[in-house]
Amino acid sequence: MLYFSKWKALAIVVISAIICLMAVPSLLSPSAYEKLPGFLQRKIVLGLDLQGGSYIVLEVQQNDVRQMRLTQLRDDSRRLLRDAKIGFSTVAIQGDAVIVRLRDSNDSAAALTKLRELAQPIGGVVAGAGQLDTDVSQDGDAIRIAPSAAGLQARTIQAVSQSIEIIRKRIDQLGTTEPSIQRQGADRIQVQVPGLQDPSRLKALLGQTAQLTFRLVDTSVNPQQALQGRPPAGTQVLTSQDNPPQPYVIEDRVLVAGEDLTDAQPSFDPQTREPVVTFRFNTNGARRFAEATQQNVGKPFAIILDNHVISAPVIREPILGGSGQISGSFTVQQANDLAILLRAGALPVPLQVVEERTVGPGLGADSIRSGVIASVVGAIAVALFMIATYGLFGVIAVVAVAINVGMIFGVLAMLGATLTLPGIAGVVLTVGIAVDSNVLIYERIREEARAGRSAISAIDAGFSRALATILDSNITTFIAAAVLFYIGSGPVRGFAITFGIGIITTVFTAFTLTRLMAAVWVRWKRPQRVPI
Amino acid sequence: MRLLRIVPDDTKFDFMRFRRISFPISALLSIVALVAFLTVGLNFGIDFKGGTLLEVRYPNNTLNIADVRSKLESLELGEVQIQEVGGDGEVLIRVAQQPGGEQAQQAVAGKVRAALGDAVEYRRVEVVGPRVSQELLSYGIVGLIAAVFCILVYLWFRFEWQFALGASIANFHDIVLTIGFMAIFQIDFDLTSVAALLTILGYSLNDTIVIYDRIREMLRRYKKMPIDELLNQSINSTLSRSVITHVTVTLALLSLVLFGGRAIHSFSVTMMFGVVLVGTYTSIFIASPLLIYLGVTTRTMAEKDAEAKAAKAEGKPAGKPEGKPARS
Repeated sequence: MLYFSKWKALAIVVISAIICLMAVPSLLSPSAYEKLPGFLQRKIVLGLDLQGGSYIVLEVQQNDVRQMRLTQLRDDSRRLLRDAKIGFSTVAIQGDAVIVRLRDSNDSAAALTKLRELAQPIGGVVAGAGQLDTDVSQDGDAIRIAPSAAGLQARTIQAVSQSIEIIRKRIDQLGTTEPSIQRQGADRIQVQVPGLQDPSRLKALLGQTAQLTFRLVDTSVNPQQALQGRPPAGTQVLTSQDNPPQPYVIEDRVLVAGEDLTDAQPSFDPQTREPVVTFRFNTNGARRFAEATQQNVGKPFAIILDNHVISAPVIREPILGGSGQISGSFTVQQANDLAILLRAGALPVPLQVVEERTVGPGLGADSIRSGVIASVVGAIAVALFMIATYGLFGVIAVVAVAINVGMIFGVLAMLGATLTLPGIAGVVLTVGIAVDSNVLIYERIREEARAGRSAISAIDAGFSRALATILDSNITTFIAAAVLFYIGSGPVRGFAITFGIGIITTVFTAFTLTRLMAAVWVRWKRPQRVPI
Repeated sequence: MRLLRIVPDDTKFDFMRFRRISFPISALLSIVALVAFLTVGLNFGIDFKGGTLLEVRYPNNTLNIADVRSKLESLELGEVQIQEVGGDGEVLIRVAQQPGGEQAQQAVAGKVRAALGDAVEYRRVEVVGPRVSQELLSYGIVGLIAAVFCILVYLWFRFEWQFALGASIANFHDIVLTIGFMAIFQIDFDLTSVAALLTILGYSLNDTIVIYDRIREMLRRYKKMPIDELLNQSINSTLSRSVITHVTVTLALLSLVLFGGRAIHSFSVTMMFGVVLVGTYTSIFIASPLLIYLGVTTRTMAEKDAEAKAAKAEGKPAGKPEGKPARS
C-alpha cells in the first residue's frame, strides 16, 4: 500500500496539479481571460443568486397549441373541399375538433378520403414518431377532424423550439450580457439574464406573440351595433388598446402579415414629432400591399397586433414603395419594443410566465461575501482541529483537503458549471466530510499499532483497511447527491454538483495524494513509532 | 507536541445496553415529530406553496413597517406576510398565491413594486406559479423516496439484507426527526430543505456504513463472540473516528450557520440538526442495535461467504479457461 513507482507518483502529482490549475482561468480578470488560448477558456459561471439577475420560466400551453392547430385544420379543410368541389354547409371549430357538415351526404365518402390527406405521420425522433398527427373520422352525418394526442405533443415540442429562436432574437436586441435560453422539459423554456434587475420589460417582451397583420376595416356596419349583435360573415370585431377600447369591424382576410416584414425601426414622425415604428416589406409583401392599397383608396385599413387594433388609418394613396410607418400614440420605449418584436418575428403560440426569480446585485454581493467568510472560517477551524489532533499527519490531511478543494473548482471550471450559494455550502460541507477519509485512515493506523504492529506495517494496514470503508461510505453519499442533481433545479442543483464532485475528489485524494504523502514520509523517516 | 485525544484508546462502553433507553426515546421523539408534522405542519416556502416573495431594503433607516403594511393592504392581495429581517432596514414580503391562474401571480410583483416605489432596493423577487410549485413538491417527494430506494438496493448488494433494512430504518428515523424539527421550529421548507434532507440522508448513512463495515469485518474474524459484545466492540473501535469526524463536520456547519448568510440559513440549521444531533446518534444507538433484532449472528457472514465461495467454484468452469488463451 505504501509503495509507489516513480511514474505512478509523478502521474498522481501531475494529474492533481492540472485539475487544480484548471480553476485558475476563473480567477483571472476578463481581459487576461480573453488572452488565454481557446482550450483554456473554461471557467466557473456564477449563479444568478451570486451575480444578480433574472430567471424566468415560460410555458407553452397545450391548449394554445390545440387552438392554433384547429384553426389551421379548419382553413385547410375548407381549402381542400373547395379544391375538390365538394359542397359543405359548415366547417367550424367545435370544442376540441373541427366539424365538417356536407351539403350532400352522398359526398361523404369522397370528402372523407380527401380530408384524410390532412393527417400526416409525425416525423423526427420525438415520442410517437410514425403515428398520424390528426384523427379524421365519420361522426354521424358529420366529419370530425381532431389533432391526436401525439400530434399535439409533437407540435408543442416544435413550438418550443421555434419560440426559443425568437426569444433569443428578442433578448439579443436588449443588449444584455450572456443571456441563457434553454428548453426545460417538453413544454417549458428557461431564460436567465444576468444583471437584469427588473424583469417586467423582459416579461412584457416575451409575453407577446407579436403577430402583426394588415387587414381592411369593414365600414358597412356600425361597430357598436356589430359588437352587440353578430358581425357580418368573414369579419370579426376587434378593439383598440385605447381607454375606453374602440371597436372596429375587421375583415378576416389578411392583406399582409408580419412574416413579410424585412425590417422595423423606431423613429419619429416628421410632422407630429410622435414616436412611430417604420417598417419595410420584402418583395412579396410590398407587391401585395401595393395591390391592396391601390384597390382600396379612401377606405380605412387596420394594423393589428395580437388581436388588438394599433391604428386604423385611411388609405389616401396607393403605397407602392414597400415601406410605411405605424403610429399609435406610443412612448419612445413602446415604439422601441414594438420594433424589436417585429424584427424578431412572431411566436408560434403565446407563452406564459410560470416562475420568476430575480436577485438584485446587492444581495448577490452579500451572498458572495458571506459564502467566502463561511468557507474561510470553516476551513481554518477544521484545519486547526486536524493539526491539533494528528500533528504532522494532520498537516498531510490539511494539504490533501486544500488540494481537494482546488480540484473541486478545477472540475467545476472544466465542466463550465454554475457556482451558487448552496454550491459554496456544498464545498464547505465537503471540507468537513473530506477530512473524514483521513480520520478513518489515521484511526485505523492507531488501532493497528495498538494491536502490536510495527509502525510501517500499521500505516500500511491502516490504509488498506480504511480505503474499502471510504469507498463504501462515499458511494452512498454520492447516490444521494446524484438524485439531488437529477431532481433539483437552479441553486439546489448547484449544491448537488459541488457536493457530488467533492465526493469524487475526496475519494481520489484519499487513494492517491494522502497515501503518496504518507509513503514519502515513511521512506524518508523510517519511523519506529506511529506518530499519531 | 502532545496531540489532542478526545476519545481515549480502548473505550469499553456497553452501547448495546443503551438500546433499552435509546429505542423508547427514539420512538417517543418520532411520535412527537409525527404529531408536530400532522398538527402544526411544515412551513412551506413559496417553492412548494406558490406565491410571491420580495426581499426589500429601505436605505438609511427609512423603514416604516406600518407604512409598508398599509401600502400593501390597499392592494388587496389577500394574505400578505410582512417580516422585518436582519435589522438593516430589510423586510421580507410574502404574498399568498392569487386566485386566477398563472397570469394573476405574475402581476403581484409588479403591483408591489409600484406601491413601494423606486427609492428602495429590491434584493430578491420570486414568483412561483401554481403548476411549478405542485411539480417541485412532487419532485422533492419522489427524489427523497428514490434516494432511499437506491441506497437500500446498493446496501443490499454490498452487505446483507439485515444491514440494508437496519440502515433504512435508521435513515427513516433521521428524516422523521428532522421533519419534526422543521415543523416545531417552523423553519422554511423549500427546495434547499429537500437538499438538506438528502444530504442528511447521505451523511447519516455514511456514518452508519463505517460502523457496519466494522461489524461485518468483526463477524468474519470472531466467529464465536456473542453478538452483543461484537457490536459493542465494533462501535467502540470506531468511536474515536465517529467523534472526530463529528467535530470537523460540526465546525464546517457551524461556520455556515454563523456566517453563511440568510439565503442558506434554513438549510444550514436543518443540516446542523440532522447531521450533528441526529445522524451520529442514530448510527450508534439505533442502526447498530437494530441488527440484533434483525437477526444478525456470527453465522450470517459465514453463510454468505460460503455461498460466495460456492458460486465462485461453480462459476469457474463456465468462465475463461485458465492459462494462456489460444492464439487465433
